Amino acid sequence: MSTETETGTGTGAGATRIHNIGYRNYDGPRLGRAYARRSLYSQSLRGAYGLGRSAKSKVLPMILFAVMCLPAAIIVAVAISTNLKALPLDYTRYAIFTQAVIGLYLAAQAPQSVSRDLRFKTVPLYFSRPIERIDYVLAKYGAMASALFVLTAAPLVILYVGSLLAKMDFVDQTKGFGQGLASVALLSLLFGGIGLVMAALTPRRGFGVAAVIAALTISYGAVSTVQAIAWQTDALGAVKWLGLFSPVTLIDGVQTAFLGATSSFPGEAGPSAGVGVIYLLVVLALVLGSYAVLMRRYRKVGL
Amino acid sequence: MDTAAWSDAHRDPRHYRRTVTVIATESLSKRFPRVTALDRLSLDIGPGVTGLVGANGAGKSTMIKILLGLSPATEGRATVLGLDVATSGGAIRERVGYMPEHDCLPPDVSATEFVVHMARMSGLPPTAARERTADTLRHVGLYEERYRPIGGYSTGMKQRVKLAQALVHDPQLVLLDEPTNGLDPVGRDEMLGLIRRVYTDFGISVLVTSHLLGELERTCDHVVVIDGGTLLRSSSTSDFTQTTTTLAVEVTDTDAHPDGTRSLREALTAAGLTLHAGMEEGLPGAGHILLIEAKGEETYDVVRDTVAGLGLGLVRMEQRRHHIAEVFRPQPSAETAPPDQGADEAEHALQKGGAGDEH
Repeated sequence: MSTETETGTGTGAGATRIHNIGYRNYDGPRLGRAYARRSLYSQSLRGAYGLGRSAKSKVLPMILFAVMCLPAAIIVAVAISTNLKALPLDYTRYAIFTQAVIGLYLAAQAPQSVSRDLRFKTVPLYFSRPIERIDYVLAKYGAMASALFVLTAAPLVILYVGSLLAKMDFVDQTKGFGQGLASVALLSLLFGGIGLVMAALTPRRGFGVAAVIAALTISYGAVSTVQAIAWQTDALGAVKWLGLFSPVTLIDGVQTAFLGATSSFPGEAGPSAGVGVIYLLVVLALVLGSYAVLMRRYRKVGL
Repeated sequence: MDTAAWSDAHRDPRHYRRTVTVIATESLSKRFPRVTALDRLSLDIGPGVTGLVGANGAGKSTMIKILLGLSPATEGRATVLGLDVATSGGAIRERVGYMPEHDCLPPDVSATEFVVHMARMSGLPPTAARERTADTLRHVGLYEERYRPIGGYSTGMKQRVKLAQALVHDPQLVLLDEPTNGLDPVGRDEMLGLIRRVYTDFGISVLVTSHLLGELERTCDHVVVIDGGTLLRSSSTSDFTQTTTTLAVEVTDTDAHPDGTRSLREALTAAGLTLHAGMEEGLPGAGHILLIEAKGEETYDVVRDTVAGLGLGLVRMEQRRHHIAEVFRPQPSAETAPPDQGADEAEHALQKGGAGDEH
């Protein structure tokens, strides 16, 4: 690499070197498309926590991360000092309990990840590199889901480590921890997809933030209100079907049916395994749908 | 660096870069539902700096998209560095740099971080990406400011960052879309000088688009003029500007010849030289400059001897290069002009070019 290749092939006439300012050709390896996709993934994942960006952009994600972990730390501290035999909060319940924080994080970071590229028209630069549209979408989606997973899994890890320190039952705790991780993994995929679709539809960051918050809170507010009304009016059958209409209740339904969670639906009237399959299918459809919408979206803006 | 990998990938860059044809298109067409962007365009572009000139909407950007393998041609084929754009888009984009016309820089990161990221997106390993970024930013003339966020840069500096990200992976060809857009005359000259150096010093061939013909004649070895998606003309710049050379001569007046310019004109006409009249009206000192068609070395001697014979002081005698636009203007020749209304628009574009050159 340090060998100086001869610069200036000359303009033909005389081939004299006018300026030799030491331009060196690059003869090293070119790692190609898969490497470029990984680079975009890691850059986006780091960016979701403000790493490699200005100090200002680290503030919000770091605060939210701390807020997310704080209740877990308190629970663990209390459990250890009072010698509890089980955690006062289920692993699967934690994400439902902190959904506002997750929503806020998504609203802040999804536009950061994709709206910026659209707004500052950096997208064409990416597509002038070896990567294809699918690589861009996969890298961005993967990074957003991973960032959410880090946010939601970190408190579970704290709870798990704490429970073991408090000498709770190892098998019980490990099972609950595993179920919790599966649940937040699904949640990360679902929320990440929804957040990116909302953000990718507008180059304006402010709109993106508003759209994500609206999509999460309005749908959850509406669904839980209608569920409460249904419960009050004894329309018990309706409660479990209504849960299909907001992201948070979808995850709640899936984990109630398959991951041994207690539902936060009114009267704990979560779906049974049969209805749970429908919940799972809807979640998968939303995840794939988000991917399809993103692919479609970037067909338009590529260069 | 891993020496085995290095020698594996090693090649003689000069040999590699001397491909006879850098870009070739063969009756390349691109039709959209309502417009034809490119119409059976056949080109053969060699190494060097090539200008692609045309009015807005002439098909320049469409051409670049096709060359990068991002947009399929409706018919015809094109190769870049010997690779077919229809099948080897990824391989082409690994070896080609692209500088877009519009802004493309995020304001909240530094030039260094941005260019490093773009180098990695082109497949350079992390260490090489950092080294190449430092080198490239220095070559385009960004020094201490490269650690500051791009948002605070001037237009000229932003253009340099855009150029740097197109060069950072040491491509064999760069496609520059209107690189002088939005620059003031000084910035424009600097950018054009930089583009020239990209080829002469770095050995990277350049395809540069512009709607200003005038600025390309100083920079390019070869100029391709397209309009309405068809080829208007493709020639080397030396062809354009050396077919006829014009000498500009200015002399002083003396007591013996109160109007020195006029005396000289008469004397030169008597000596059998061709003088252009009234070509430079409107410019300062226009009335005192004689424009003489130079047929060869002997014309200089004739002028020198005549001036000396009249006893006039010779203020200046310099070669005037024609603007490419002048060469184009009076040539509605059958082989180059498109059959339909294209000619009118081309004329318009070319005049824009000539005017733009006067700053």
